[in-house]
Amino acid sequence: MLELIRQPWPWYTSGIVIAFIMVLLLFFGKSFGFSSNLRTICSACGAGKNVKFFDFDWRSQTWNLLFLVGAVIGGFISAEFLSSGEPVQISQATIQDLQQLGISSPDGMQPQEIFSLSAAFTLKGFLILLLGGFAIGFGARYAGGCTSGHAISGISNLQLPSLIAVIGFFIGGLITTFVLLPLIF
Amino acid sequence: MKGIKFIIAGILFGIVMSKSEAISWFRIQEMFRFQDFHMYGIIGTAVVLGTIATFLIKKFKLRDYQGNPIVFTPKEKSIPRYIIGGTIFGLGWALTGACPGPMFVNIGYSYWAIFIAIAGALSGTYLYGAIKDRLPH
Repeated sequence: MLELIRQPWPWYTSGIVIAFIMVLLLFFGKSFGFSSNLRTICSACGAGKNVKFFDFDWRSQTWNLLFLVGAVIGGFISAEFLSSGEPVQISQATIQDLQQLGISSPDGMQPQEIFSLSAAFTLKGFLILLLGGFAIGFGARYAGGCTSGHAISGISNLQLPSLIAVIGFFIGGLITTFVLLPLIF
Repeated sequence: MKGIKFIIAGILFGIVMSKSEAISWFRIQEMFRFQDFHMYGIIGTAVVLGTIATFLIKKFKLRDYQGNPIVFTPKEKSIPRYIIGGTIFGLGWALTGACPGPMFVNIGYSYWAIFIAIAGALSGTYLYGAIKDRLPH
């Protein structure tokens, strides 16, 4: 059984569990949306003193911060106890495309060229992560949600705005993939 | 310990995102290059089941565990905010290979470099809050 769990899980298990988590949070009287935590953390750090957007009762969002803590623990449990240590099983076509950019085939979950500490603390590596993260934080709040809030919760509730946001996610993702990455690497 | 159920839900989220490799930069690249069904399968299954669940919750007017009605707040109507905000988000998503949830799951996976992306995400959120009234919504 443990051997089976240690293998990567097929996509449908993940899809089913994510839908289950969304429904679970609804029955807890909450809604699934992860990026709100970024606003909550800014607010908890005192950003409300200078900026009105962060001046709200962030303690009412403690439940979502606990969900965040759980997500970190879940990652730890997977890495320590549930991992086979096998590299990510991406398609051969992706491996070849990435090799042309100078990114070697997977030897774990993340590429060494971006996520190893030696890469992350070069100027290029640092800026990739910092600016990438910056765009995620800025864009998620501008669009009013991220993958969980729009692509999952919003589209499940047949919200046209969420569909527009997801189209935006793809416009941006395709620009990075086919224009920015070849320029950066 | 009213909060423990949220931690458990988060743990489940962290495990399933890791085990289905949705926290991997490689998987996000594969998705944006349309070279495998994997990520589409994950999001697609979640959306199909989520849509059915949302429909049933509304149809049968289900209540949460405290007996309050489950309410769905419609998203504010706009096009520019979703298309511009979404595009900026997508630029970052493909660059770091992690949306906000997986960013934090990666900490558990000991990819410490992700803290740089999280610092970026918090700064981005802060800047949005500071200049939001001057942006088209």
